[in-house]
Amino acid sequence: MILEMHDICKDYTMGGSIVHILKNIDLTVDENEYLAIMGPSGSGKTTLMNLIGCLDVPTSGSYVFNGHDIPSCSPNELADIRNKDLGFVFQTFHLLPKLSALENAALPLLYGGVRKAERLEMAFEALKTVGLEDRVDFRPDQLSGGQCQRVAIARAIVGKPKLLLADEPTGALDSASGKQVMELFAQLHEAGSTIIMITHDQKIADHAENVKYIYDGVLTGGALYE
Amino acid sequence: MAENISLAFQGIWGHKLRSFLTMLGIIIGIASLITIVATINGTNQQIKENLIGSGTNVINVNLTQNGYVYDFSYSSIPDGVHAITEEDRVYMETLKGVDSVSLFRKRQWVDGVYYKDTSFNGNIYGTDAHFMQVNSMHITDGRGFAEEDLYEHHKIAIVDAKAASSLFAGNSAVGSIIEIKGEPFVVVGICAPDTTSEPVINNLQDYYMYMDTSSGTIYIPISCWDIVYKYDEPQSVAIKAVNTDSMATAGDSVSNYLNERVIENSESPYQYKAENLLEQAAALQELSNATNSQLIWIALISLLVGGIGVMNIMLVSVTERTKEIGLKIAIGAKQRRIRIQFLTEAAALTSIGGVLGVIFGIGLSLLLSSVMGTPVSISVPACIVAVVFSMVIGIVFGLVPAIKASKLNPIDALRYE
Ligand SMILES: Nc1ncnc2c1ncn2[C@@H]1O[C@H](COP(=O)(O)OP(=O)(O)OP(=O)(O)O)[C@@H](O)[C@H]1O
Ligand SMILES: [Mg+2]
Repeated sequence: MILEMHDICKDYTMGGSIVHILKNIDLTVDENEYLAIMGPSGSGKTTLMNLIGCLDVPTSGSYVFNGHDIPSCSPNELADIRNKDLGFVFQTFHLLPKLSALENAALPLLYGGVRKAERLEMAFEALKTVGLEDRVDFRPDQLSGGQCQRVAIARAIVGKPKLLLADEPTGALDSASGKQVMELFAQLHEAGSTIIMITHDQKIADHAENVKYIYDGVLTGGALYE
Repeated sequence: MAENISLAFQGIWGHKLRSFLTMLGIIIGIASLITIVATINGTNQQIKENLIGSGTNVINVNLTQNGYVYDFSYSSIPDGVHAITEEDRVYMETLKGVDSVSLFRKRQWVDGVYYKDTSFNGNIYGTDAHFMQVNSMHITDGRGFAEEDLYEHHKIAIVDAKAASSLFAGNSAVGSIIEIKGEPFVVVGICAPDTTSEPVINNLQDYYMYMDTSSGTIYIPISCWDIVYKYDEPQSVAIKAVNTDSMATAGDSVSNYLNERVIENSESPYQYKAENLLEQAAALQELSNATNSQLIWIALISLLVGGIGVMNIMLVSVTERTKEIGLKIAIGAKQRRIRIQFLTEAAALTSIGGVLGVIFGIGLSLLLSSVMGTPVSISVPACIVAVVFSMVIGIVFGLVPAIKASKLNPIDALRYE
């Protein structure tokens, strides 16, 4: 088991009143699982993803990730966990525009304290995995959207994280490159990665071996969504 | 760290114009600081060189009363001070650090000196035959004093260029007859310092004299002093030291010798004392520093303004790069790391500003010295301090933006458009 969430709630205060965004979420994810989370816009998918990704802390509930009790971790410990055990893929890539594909992919290793030569070698390997070994010196503005997302995936997997988180990774892509990206995730899963993916698209969710739905902050296992 | 620094420089280079404008306050502040310091240094050095006599290594030993130079122009002759003899003079030349010695008497702002209707109110020196050599002067026209001029009490005079021009106004000086206290003296020569660059200034009075309107100096044989002034006035001693470093030693050994030989009572308020030229230089330097140091405050204020400008731009830069910072935090950069990144950038920015400021400052100083003739001396330590100081400004004023960046919430930052 890689992560275990129990009774997780997340509230926001909006103009004096408390809004419950996530309600009593229970979630466990096993090693090498490929989980898709679906739900309508505003249902709390990204909020949940931020909690799983240790970018945010829950209002209440317990969350153990990779043996760490997340609510009791210090900001520096959380930074280390994000750096070493988690890989993020965002809808809008979030590549640094002035860095080359290679440098972008190597960025997490910089914060992990890996030496430069080793960093670039590992980043090159990651770019090879996503099929961009011939684009290492290209900057994001010289790459297509699909290629950018593959660089972002390379960045997410470069440190061999325990868990890969993807929030609508195909949301900004045309169907052809979206398909390529999904194939890449399937490939990574095949090779042993654990993946949680958020998506709107049932066809994309079909790639996953397990699908959960979230409505209005409530997570359910059943296929209630149509 | 090296990585951080190179990234910081890339960032600065990526926004050339903006970076330059941001640095401008620092550049101007540092440039004016360097210029002011160069001017202060130059003035100080000039004062020191003037006082030390530009390598003439001359030091005067004067009679003092309670530590102050005794001026015979206004005071009566002190008791218990004997005359310094030729034997003493010869003996003093053998003392440690001493090259040669000359005896003289001196009056300043004299009256009763005329050439025809023109009066003279500069200095009169009664000197022996060694005075010119000791003071590194030479005769440019006519002749100097010979030993027999002194023995035979020849009423002759040597004038310097200033006295010649103020008295004779272009007419030939040599051969003219001037009147000193009613006595006629024949001008036999014109003298000038060996080093033509600066006037020889041996003490504070001379310096003020030079700064005012000195009308020059007339030299007469010391043996004729009693013809115009009083015979038993104590003498002063001019020493040429063997080199600049032994000036203090020479001055001390001569004054100690004189105090033993010619002062009757060792408790006497009258003592021979060597001029401490460095002390006098320091006093003069303080005078000129006082005016210049106010300028330093103005320069510091402009640095402060420059620092605030840097802070402003860094804050803008943090806002602009919210997404970048959010991403970095999301993938595991710690707060400290983000802070260091922005501090490095601010410090790099102001350091470059500092270096440019030093370059501009040096240029400005050289320009000032060539256009206005102000003495300047670029100080290397000041340049180093200036660059380090501007770096510190960057760190101080970069602190607020850096902390702001490191405290960003990655969730909000990633969503920021
Ligand atoms: N910082 C916040 N303060 C207040 N409310 C917030 C905040 N962040 C998110 N919300 C609210 O939480 C709810 C869930 O947002 P979330 O981003 O998780 O939705 P989502 O399921 O990812 O939607 P989408 O599919 O459009 O990305 C929304 O109603 C949103 O307005
Ligand atoms: Mg979302």
